[in-house]
Amino acid sequence: MINSIVSVRTIAEVTDTMTKITTDEVKHVAHLARLAITEQEAEQFAEQLGSIITFAEQLNELDTDHVEPTTHVLEMKNIMREDKSTGGLPREEVLKNAPDHQDGQVKVPTILE
Amino acid sequence: MTNFETIIGLEVHVELKTDSKMFSPAPAHFGAEPNTNTNVIDLGYPGVLPVINKRAVEWGMKAAMALNCEIAEHTKFDRKNYFYPDNPKAYQISQFDQPIGEHGWVEIEVDGYKKKIGITRLHLEEDAGKLTHTDKGYSLCDYNRQGTPLIEIVSEPDLRTPAEAYAYLEKIKSIIQYTGVSDCKMEEGSLRCDANISLRPIGQEEFGTKAELKNLNSFNFVKKGLEHEQIRQEEVLLSGGEIQQESRRFDESTGKTLLMRVKEGSDDYRYFPEPDLVSMLIDEEWREAVRASIPELPDARKKRYVEELGLPGYDAMVLTMTKEMSDFFELTLEQGADAKLASNWLMGEVSAYLNAGQKELKDVALTPQGLAGMIKLIEDGTISSKIAKKVFKELIEKGGDPKKIVKEKGLVQISDEGELLKFVTEVLDANPQSIEDFKNGKDRAIGFLVGQIMKASKGQANPPKVNKLLNQEIQKR
Repeated sequence: MINSIVSVRTIAEVTDTMTKITTDEVKHVAHLARLAITEQEAEQFAEQLGSIITFAEQLNELDTDHVEPTTHVLEMKNIMREDKSTGGLPREEVLKNAPDHQDGQVKVPTILE
Repeated sequence: MTNFETIIGLEVHVELKTDSKMFSPAPAHFGAEPNTNTNVIDLGYPGVLPVINKRAVEWGMKAAMALNCEIAEHTKFDRKNYFYPDNPKAYQISQFDQPIGEHGWVEIEVDGYKKKIGITRLHLEEDAGKLTHTDKGYSLCDYNRQGTPLIEIVSEPDLRTPAEAYAYLEKIKSIIQYTGVSDCKMEEGSLRCDANISLRPIGQEEFGTKAELKNLNSFNFVKKGLEHEQIRQEEVLLSGGEIQQESRRFDESTGKTLLMRVKEGSDDYRYFPEPDLVSMLIDEEWREAVRASIPELPDARKKRYVEELGLPGYDAMVLTMTKEMSDFFELTLEQGADAKLASNWLMGEVSAYLNAGQKELKDVALTPQGLAGMIKLIEDGTISSKIAKKVFKELIEKGGDPKKIVKEKGLVQISDEGELLKFVTEVLDANPQSIEDFKNGKDRAIGFLVGQIMKASKGQANPPKVNKLLNQEIQKR
């Protein structure tokens, strides 16, 4: 188990040793998330994201050599259900939150991959 | 292909025919009215939680085992993030670094040579919805398919010709169908294939740049698309050009591949472990219970048909191609039919009938009992093979008891010599020229006379007996 918890510094305290996030990285992530951002915002977010990551990097100070990697904090495994269908939502409900629909289908601008 | 070697790898997606979806209890059935088989989990509403479908995991495991994969002891699901209207959640739950199966293989046979094709991995995921693009700038989304359990089977780049790719697909389809986890119907989208193809100068170890062929709607189009792509890439390379990493589609009308889009950089899906699902532990007990549920697979059956039933290799191969045909064959044998006769009928008349009508065995009235009964009537001489074709037509179209059909239609073979003699005499009297021809050494005349006798008896005369009597009688003239 982890027993060497170090004192945690705040975001403000870690900014001197900050991990550099470039504006290009910010723009790339923004593009993947389909967010339109300005040059000014890219610079602002680069700085903010940098300090957030630096803050989280304090975790690297822990010695985890003898800790099994995990993808989940719960000790549970194999949570499954039987294969039994219970019917779908009524179509009106499905389409209620759609921006537009036609012939029972959701209507969206065509985007070709 | 003289200077280059072709390298092909295939990605096959197979939908599992479960009752419910991979992570939601919405129905996973094909052919429902648009957007009636979906629910809040499939649609990604806030606050919903997916739960893993146990049967889908077991079926994925079953398919992986049938393809000789090693089953992961620890496995989990991951999120693959992307924005596209076919998936309202904006991520697909898939498996990234711990697929349920790895290091599998299948053996294919092409032009008489056998070859092992490696399977890199088999993983579980969920299908996306179906988009219909209009030419008016908008698309329509049906989310019935969203969340349907899917397995993705990735081959090693071991395939060297379009014919090998075709044989590999046939093999995968056949094996998966035998396991019963999917129908593997390309026309309904329950089996889909993307193909990666590149060329490299013979002797070079490094792979060339590959192109990806998408939207291949049949195994034949996979083969044709690869054949065309092979030529296109060779032409580009020979003229000093470079292959771009791109997606292409096969155009059915021209038989050519067309550029869809050039890939810039690698895809960036930002996979991370699915936080809404806990991981899976597949222990030996569970694994072996699933393994025990795998039925005899096509290769094992093929071997048994040759070794135990004495069928020719070709028959065994054709009969085991689909589980339906093979099961039908076995049931026919259980009803007492001779193996080779049953095989002949299934490969011949039955297949021809099914192909002509684009039908499957389950769509026709023929039963193993009916076929076996008819074969027995041929064997014991009640009907001739020729008459059997009439009985067969009745059996496959309307079904029923072959004995009854033969009786009701008066199709019983005439083997009584007295009765046969009447036909022989009649025909000989009517054809003096043929008798003359026979005496002059024209053996063909006999064939003509037999034909006439069969015609006169409406096909019911027993052919060996007719031959015997005719030979006797013609000598007397």
